[in-house]
Amino acid sequence: MSVVIKDCAYILVHVPDFVRYGSKPSRDIAVNGGWGGELEKRICEQIRSYEEAMAYPPNQVFIGNIHPDELHNIPQPWYEHPIEGAKREGKFGEILPEEEFYGWLKIADDFNLIWLTPDFIEMIRDKVVSSLFLTEEDLKKLGSGVPLGKILDKVEHDSALPLYYNGTIVGSIRRDHDTDDSLKAQVLLENLFAKASGALVMYHLFQRASLKPEEVDFILSCSEEAVGDRYNRGGGSLSKAIGEMCHCLNATGHDIKAFCAAPVHALIDAASMVEAGVFKDVVVVGGGCLAKIGMKYSGHLKHRMPILEDVLAGIAFAITKDDGVNPIIRLDCIGKHDIGAASNQEAIMRSLVVKPLDKIGKKMMEIDRYATEMHNPEVTLPAGSGNTPYTNYKLMGALAAMAKEIDPSSIEDFVRKKGMPGFSPTQGHVPAAVPFLGHALEAMRRGEMNTVLFVAKGSLFLGRMSQLSDGMSFLLERNPKSMKLENL
Amino acid sequence: MDAEAQANIKKIVENQDCKDNFIVVLGASDLEGAEISAETVTIGDPSFAGPLAGVSLGLPVYHILEPEIREHIPEDVYNESVGIMAMVINPQEIGERFKIIREKLEKKNR
Amino acid sequence: MFQGKKAIVIGERDGVPGPAIAKCLSAAGAEIVYTTTECFV
Repeated sequence: MSVVIKDCAYILVHVPDFVRYGSKPSRDIAVNGGWGGELEKRICEQIRSYEEAMAYPPNQVFIGNIHPDELHNIPQPWYEHPIEGAKREGKFGEILPEEEFYGWLKIADDFNLIWLTPDFIEMIRDKVVSSLFLTEEDLKKLGSGVPLGKILDKVEHDSALPLYYNGTIVGSIRRDHDTDDSLKAQVLLENLFAKASGALVMYHLFQRASLKPEEVDFILSCSEEAVGDRYNRGGGSLSKAIGEMCHCLNATGHDIKAFCAAPVHALIDAASMVEAGVFKDVVVVGGGCLAKIGMKYSGHLKHRMPILEDVLAGIAFAITKDDGVNPIIRLDCIGKHDIGAASNQEAIMRSLVVKPLDKIGKKMMEIDRYATEMHNPEVTLPAGSGNTPYTNYKLMGALAAMAKEIDPSSIEDFVRKKGMPGFSPTQGHVPAAVPFLGHALEAMRRGEMNTVLFVAKGSLFLGRMSQLSDGMSFLLERNPKSMKLENL
Repeated sequence: MDAEAQANIKKIVENQDCKDNFIVVLGASDLEGAEISAETVTIGDPSFAGPLAGVSLGLPVYHILEPEIREHIPEDVYNESVGIMAMVINPQEIGERFKIIREKLEKKNR
Repeated sequence: MFQGKKAIVIGERDGVPGPAIAKCLSAAGAEIVYTTTECFV
């Protein structure tokens, strides 16, 4: 094998004023009092501050400041046990406050879709200017603003969505066509969210990987939005838009669409390109999903807890030729859930776990860790949606028991030793196995871990084109050359 | 239960003259979630948000992992399609919980 | 129990998916009138 994951980056953006625009909250608000009505007010009352979101233990795990295993030692509910001295900057990225993200949104906006008031632009300008990543040219795009009266008129008479900060209107996003639903304000906002957060995380990746933008050959975007107009809805390409914003002058790209499993699909594609010698440096990037913000809000309201889905997430990975140091992607044992395979849980897990390991003569218990759907259970349990990582780890443990590698009474032990608590925001593609990649890279570089199997599932049936499920998996392995050096 | 599923179920059931012939079977991994779905198809959507809000379909509802259900399904089909989940979610617990759910909902529906 | 019944199947991606439940109930004699698999995440 000759392909490594050189590095990764993870960011979060706190977007409390956009919880109202998540898909579930916005649809429920529409039938429960409308904008300004009772439900919207109740939602706004349960929003966390930036400091609370930043210090929330799973968020600190996500950006690399704490290992996922540490969550076993933090009493729950985690939102009542913030990390003392929590930092905005993480080993893998950062947690950006909302006002700065407005700057990134405006800079990402090439069609003047977003108007912001002059006062708000002045308020955020200094904070955005201090970003390590944005150039003078980028900052010019902030512009001088549009008067509030004009913004309100646009909202009132032309289907623009008002944009809020601390509950006050500071701007708007307009639609870009009178009748094309693919270009209505809500859709364009979702796409800009993915673009802007994708650019932020890509910059963090460049910094961590010591990779220059001009060295990138190809970009694979793996998020779940649909970029296109009515004739090519979902046609793409957000990858190139993100690459342009990050000045990747020597790259082009395309978007991988595979629902939640897309990041793993994209990593395998990227590794294949590098292995085949087509490209040398490929970046996989996934911007955040506005549609998924506040998805479980009703469970959080019911249990009188803060609305925890108030953060966008961004992920980025650099794939390159073997450097003798970083962990390798084993392209000789890729797991895939085939069309001909059954769609029951056993068949899915056999395809993604047992079959690929069989190919290289490995048993399940020989793998140090498994990374599966890493959704934070504190988000999902109050809404009756279960503990997704735990259920998936138990399934894997059951498979190991069926293979007689462990006794059925040891399944919980399997979960504890080979799995970990969920910690990822429920941002669709983001939680699907890859949140653990950063921690895995670190552990392998330190020589503390040799193998991790990354297993991602996708819900193909959501598109109403097939009843099938989907999934892919890959084995990450400590670089054998680094092991040889250690043994010298 | 999402609004589209509720709307589809409502349409299918309301279009039939004889409603006694229906049976609902769930596959939820979480018992709290399963209870919400069960309530939705019997006395109505408890969140009052979907098309089944305030609509009592009164349908009999079961979970595929209940031992009582397993007895009626050919063993080889059950083992292949569902068997492994019995090692993940405790069937006895599901069976007991669903008996209680059905009793509770029957009382509320009278 | 299922012979001749009209079955409404509500599966879950990380629980028991709809098609797996439907296969069981069909084998037991039910007519599947609706199947869905919910994905909560």
